[in-house]
Amino acid sequence: MSEEKYYQPVHSASQQGARPDGRGWVGEVPEEVARSYYGHPVLKEPTWTWEVPWYLFAGGMAGASSAFSLAARLLGNEKVSRAALYTALGGATASPVLLIMDLGRPERFYMMLRVMKPTSPMSLGTWILTAFGITTGLSVVSDLLGVFKGAGRVTHVLSAVLGPALSTYTAVLISDSSIPVWHGARRELPFVFAASSMASAGAAAAILAPVEDAGPARRLAVGGAVAELVLTGVMKRRLGKLLAEPYEKEKAGRYEKVARVLTGTGAALMVLAGRKSRLASVAAGALVLAGAAAERWSVFEAGFQSARDPKYTVMPQRERLRDRDGANGARDR
Amino acid sequence: MSEATGEANVIPGSGGTSDAYNIEGRRTPETRPVIPLGQKTYDGEAQPRMGFFTDTSVCIGCKACQVACKEWNDVPDTIGELTGNSYDNTGELGADDWRHVAFIEQRKEVFVQQEAGLGTPAIEGEPDFRWLMSSDVCKHCTNAPCLDVCPTGSLFRTEFGTVVVQDDICNGCGYCVPACPFGVLDRREGDGRVWKCTMCYDRQKDGMEPACAQACPTDSIQYGPLEELREKANGRLEMLVEAGATDAHLYGADEEEYGMGAFFLLLDAPEVYRLPPDPEVVSRKFKSLWGSAAVAAGCMVAGVAASFLGGGR
Repeated sequence: MSEEKYYQPVHSASQQGARPDGRGWVGEVPEEVARSYYGHPVLKEPTWTWEVPWYLFAGGMAGASSAFSLAARLLGNEKVSRAALYTALGGATASPVLLIMDLGRPERFYMMLRVMKPTSPMSLGTWILTAFGITTGLSVVSDLLGVFKGAGRVTHVLSAVLGPALSTYTAVLISDSSIPVWHGARRELPFVFAASSMASAGAAAAILAPVEDAGPARRLAVGGAVAELVLTGVMKRRLGKLLAEPYEKEKAGRYEKVARVLTGTGAALMVLAGRKSRLASVAAGALVLAGAAAERWSVFEAGFQSARDPKYTVMPQRERLRDRDGANGARDR
Repeated sequence: MSEATGEANVIPGSGGTSDAYNIEGRRTPETRPVIPLGQKTYDGEAQPRMGFFTDTSVCIGCKACQVACKEWNDVPDTIGELTGNSYDNTGELGADDWRHVAFIEQRKEVFVQQEAGLGTPAIEGEPDFRWLMSSDVCKHCTNAPCLDVCPTGSLFRTEFGTVVVQDDICNGCGYCVPACPFGVLDRREGDGRVWKCTMCYDRQKDGMEPACAQACPTDSIQYGPLEELREKANGRLEMLVEAGATDAHLYGADEEEYGMGAFFLLLDAPEVYRLPPDPEVVSRKFKSLWGSAAVAAGCMVAGVAASFLGGGR
């Protein structure tokens, strides 16, 4: 390369990336080193605070609980159905409170209700959550007071239909962003969230319902917990070595470890002793719930960590440019 | 604003009289028809998409754009600490910095740059030093993720093809903040809402150029119809490349790659200027975003049903 006499290797790795015709930057920078502007992040970290991961947890649990409640009612298990329905209402009540608290201008929450915007998962989510809250609330009222039973059944069905949407849309909510570990996992995150939601719903019902009725709740908790552990692993593997890194270190790494231990222990306890003693069932349920919450926190924190370090933004994009350029045959150096 | 109110209400530089300061004589706000992009106006003229072309090869780092922007748009001051990063004490774009001049000091042979007639300063006896400066700004993307994800409709597309936040609607949900591939938007401390460059929407409506472009003493920031700017930029790039600045390239000028209403001529890789090398319209991947969520929701129904396989109890 004749340019080499002008571009000394001291600080000139970038020069190799320039196209001779000046039409662009194709990026043959050294693979391990991402260049940056004084190490400044390219992206902004989200402004979201602690309310959001707790919402991911509470909303997820509520959605799965509602579907679970309807299934239990259809199969004649009233106690489990009721426990799950109340759990759903609890989550559906806490969720909007958490979300409104997180706004920069909480008193303007109603601005969310002036549009319905298909390109905005948050807009759709607002409507899903609103409809879910109303239908779940009416179902509980009908159930508690024993009035309007027909209407109560209808709202219960509607709530159960909206439930899975509520549990999984939150994955779309965070992955429809430029945050590398969220957007990169947009295909896997809904499954992780669905599993985690089922584990939470099962665990909550196992805590609230008598042991002899709670068989399905225990199975849901254990199945969800196992799926959560497996799918989190799948997500990290498919993110690749670089983007899995945030899940290995700092806060996200710690939450992830805690989540694994809690979820695993809870599921094991549920299998071994859940049907024998209420105390064991409650303890196991609490462990699974805590594990699911920790899992949401891990995902949440990993997003921040991946936004904070410019290499998670720059390196995957460089790689993409290299691949695209290779595929186009634009360069044969 | 065509009607004079009779008082001396002329705001310097506003190009006419204004009743902005005359509270009593204030009429209903000017209602200007919103003309969709490219559509003919009542005068029979189409409103072209307007944009910025920032030619960093002539930026001298005076920060006049930052000052003019703050002055005109009444953006709160941000007197921070000295960062030690060359002359940059702003750091990055944000709620209170809608223009940001980046300063990059490099050990690099500047022979080529000088031959090409670039204004990058070299220091006597330091032949291998070059100083890159670039005024960054909101890109006013063709497909703007911030606009897509905004749940309130606060962010909207203006008749100039730009993307603007309506401060009377924004409730500070913060969704646009992580959506932006350039880290432009941010929530303002103590205010709670999101603020960003409006490309001086108020000035545009009066046919004026944005404050930063007007203040720029070297025309590093150029404002105009995007099509014209792109042509101009291509000409400038050709000139530079011919003169030997082979590392010069345009960033964001290609609508096929990632369309930007504000694009740049850079002299090094984008990430050196704190720009993503290959930004994506993250919000338009409906299939991968919603498709897997739908399947996951289905799996959840199956999972719930499966938990009753052993019976109702």
